[in-house]
Amino acid sequence: MAVDTAPAPATSLVDPAQGRLPRWATWAFLAGGVVAAFLLLLVLGNPTVAGVVGLGAVLYAVGATVASFVVEGRRRAVDRLATTLVTGAFLLALIPLVSLVLLVVTRGMTSFSWTFLTTDMVGIFGDMTEGGIAHAIVGTLLITFAAAVISVPIGLLTAIYLVEYGRGPLARAITFLVDVMTGIPSIVAGLFGFAVFTLALGPAFRAGIMGAVALSLLMTPVVIRSVEEMLRLVPNELREASYALGVPKWLTIVKVVLRTAAAGIVTGVMLAVARIIGETAPLLLTVGLVTQMNTSLFEGRMATLPVFAFRQYEQGGTGIDRAWAAALTLILIVMLLNLLARLISRWFAPKGAR
Amino acid sequence: MALTTTPRRSGTSPDGEQVDAGAAVRAASTGRVGSRVFAGLSTGAGVLILLTLAAVAVFLVIRAWPALTASSEELGDISWFNGDSVAEYVGPLIFGTLLASVLALLIAVPVSVGIALFISHYAPRRLAQSLGYLIDLLAAIPSVVYGLWGALWLLGVVDPFFEWLSGALGFIPLFADYQAPAKNILSASIVLAVMILPIITAVSREVFLQTPRLHEEASLALGATRWEMVRQAVLPFGRSGVISASMLGLGRALGETMAVLMVISPGFLYSFHLLQPGQHQTIAANIASKFPEASGLSVSALIATGLALFVITFAVNFVARWIIARRAEFSGAN
Amino acid sequence: MSKRIDVSDLDVYYGDFLAVEGVTMAIEARQATALIGPSGCGKSTFLRTLNRMHEVIPGARVTGKALMDGQDLYGSDVDPVTVRRQIGMVFQRPNPFPTMSIADNVLAGVRLNNRRMSKGEQQDLVEQSLRGANLWNEVKDRLERPGSSLSGGQQQRLCIARAIAVKPQVLLMDEPCSALDPISTLAIEDLIAELKSDYTIVIVTHNMQQAARVSDRTAFFNIAGTGKPGKLIEMDDTATMFSSPREQATEDYISGRFG
Repeated sequence: MAVDTAPAPATSLVDPAQGRLPRWATWAFLAGGVVAAFLLLLVLGNPTVAGVVGLGAVLYAVGATVASFVVEGRRRAVDRLATTLVTGAFLLALIPLVSLVLLVVTRGMTSFSWTFLTTDMVGIFGDMTEGGIAHAIVGTLLITFAAAVISVPIGLLTAIYLVEYGRGPLARAITFLVDVMTGIPSIVAGLFGFAVFTLALGPAFRAGIMGAVALSLLMTPVVIRSVEEMLRLVPNELREASYALGVPKWLTIVKVVLRTAAAGIVTGVMLAVARIIGETAPLLLTVGLVTQMNTSLFEGRMATLPVFAFRQYEQGGTGIDRAWAAALTLILIVMLLNLLARLISRWFAPKGAR
Repeated sequence: MALTTTPRRSGTSPDGEQVDAGAAVRAASTGRVGSRVFAGLSTGAGVLILLTLAAVAVFLVIRAWPALTASSEELGDISWFNGDSVAEYVGPLIFGTLLASVLALLIAVPVSVGIALFISHYAPRRLAQSLGYLIDLLAAIPSVVYGLWGALWLLGVVDPFFEWLSGALGFIPLFADYQAPAKNILSASIVLAVMILPIITAVSREVFLQTPRLHEEASLALGATRWEMVRQAVLPFGRSGVISASMLGLGRALGETMAVLMVISPGFLYSFHLLQPGQHQTIAANIASKFPEASGLSVSALIATGLALFVITFAVNFVARWIIARRAEFSGAN
Repeated sequence: MSKRIDVSDLDVYYGDFLAVEGVTMAIEARQATALIGPSGCGKSTFLRTLNRMHEVIPGARVTGKALMDGQDLYGSDVDPVTVRRQIGMVFQRPNPFPTMSIADNVLAGVRLNNRRMSKGEQQDLVEQSLRGANLWNEVKDRLERPGSSLSGGQQQRLCIARAIAVKPQVLLMDEPCSALDPISTLAIEDLIAELKSDYTIVIVTHNMQQAARVSDRTAFFNIAGTGKPGKLIEMDDTATMFSSPREQATEDYISGRFG
């Protein structure tokens, strides 16, 4: 049973029997696919951009794979197809992103103006194109702020518990349930806010705080997760250095651990705010919508940007333009928060050797 | 306590004693009391999380109770109620919710895995992080904006495709009887799929990036093409991660409200006609559409459906997290 | 400003695991005591029990007695925080607080405990502590720079300045030079020689030349095998230990036959 393990006779690194498609082949097939798709759709009916791109991509994938199979063999053809599909998946995901951003910006700009940002909807009806979202911006900011006021202390303390104190079954249970809590549907959070307040204060009670409580249910687990991550990044050596100076544990946590992680914590909180500021369903159920400014969180309905956008869409007509403009405002606020979060984490990161 | 974390420029005035009320303890104190209070506070916050989760269930049950125990006559007085009991009413809604979510998952998972692979193993290293950030941006877009996008743009774009699908494959009941505009469950599922793409992609990407280098290099050293390496090393390693990511995505899709509410034309049938409007509705969208006008028993009935949704999503998330936790234990990855 | 420590029959456990067994040792005031021994022999673990730092690790506990000038460090009414204010510690790797300036790092023990102190007192304390750590001349012009902007050796001396600013009785050093280059190591060794006129110093080191250079007394720890507890083999004046140790194991270790 002697197995021949001697190396095969030396061969050239370029296998003459196995061809390779030239580099330009990819582009050629891509162009060919699109042209073929255009012609095909022209024959069948009217070619649309979406149709040409979609069919072109399919034709390219088929054409390139077949050609590769013939010239380069099966393994290379499969590899090429996989690359095409994987790249295609990424490009596919860009379609919604790009179309959404373009749409929101172009459609949103029709109504977007300083006046739009600074007036409310009192006395606006029918086909009037006036009116604005000042009341909704204020409402959104107030309710989000209130939700943050509830969530941040609880989230911060829970994260501190999990990182600095928690051991044993209680900590494991909390970790697990925080994860599960991140999956609570927003509409259920809304129902919870509604149920708590109406049970206590009667079925007709409506106030911004109901929405804030509902949103805080969604925000708290996000805050816990991000703060926890940041606290775990603080090196243990710093805690030990502080203990060794005779600093009690709680001061060590407050003045060393939290201080070191401050930038990350602030960033995490901002991102959590950005996450909930666009929530619609919980607010739809709890705070509803009004046409004028309401600055009290504890009395009466409030307008918020997401609910405003939804109701204006439902109304149709000139409302659609307002819905887009409100959506644009909302996205601008969210992007601003994201940007701010990134800048904060850059500015206030612990100073290292410069 | 948040006050004491405000970034303070280090090395400012040397007498810059912090003026936080909570921390103003006498110098001689060793902080025993402080430590105990602080430990109590943070433990309390943790316990509060548990209580809150329990409170959600308790309050929903309390408010749903009248509807759960009401007679069929009482329920029949609600104008939009069909069926003799809450269970009968919520049945088609659960069906619609599951159908929409599963369709969304079928669309989103292959695409997400593709994107995750693209970012982790195909895209140029330098670009990978920015491309990942681009996908994460999808997660930052508010749901109501997705609703607008779906209702006012997507419906028009998919219309010719649905038309063709119904014409070519109409003999399959699944695709029969398309009617424009495309306010059907498939459109809603496409929007849902876009919304859950980022989370599935993010989790899958993390897992793919954790593939042991040795496995990948071993595969490449044997002369494997890139795809063969992915199939031999990356995908087997990442399988459980992709499964749990999909479960998380499913959890999101089940509870998503606005996209469905704004796209779909509702119906209450157990129907597999994906392209026909007026066939399906989801629990969340149904609550959102009826709740603002509801009162009395109808509120209870809607909350009862919400309770069903809570139980379903809780179970799905529970399983997903369980898979992740178990995987973490096995791989020792942290 | 220095006190002696007497340890008798001290056992250290991590959970059920006995890490160090039956240590009895007298640490003299105003002397440098070196703890040497192979890796894993429990010398660092033992050092951490002297200011109750081991309690930071969950499950770690101690039986036996440790007295500082007759006071039981483990007395039921003794707060570990008070113990650590009396017995300072310097770690293996320099760990200045990254969010604080050089001056604030020195003042950390004061600041973090919310102790009130006038501006002048603070400046005096910073200068005095940095001089004590032989760092003043190098950093006096940049006290407001971040502590992490210093070199490794300077950072370690900053950590020593931070520890002595609390005015402890005893200074524990856990391999303070193992992360440093030879020149920085020399600076720290010179510093130890100066510090021992004011403080009781206990230093753990892997480097036998270092032990011979800086310490007055040396204790040798050894371990019989993995999973077995570490033990104190013998302790004597450094000169005696390095010239004529009583135990064969000590001689083997010192002459480089193992470890």
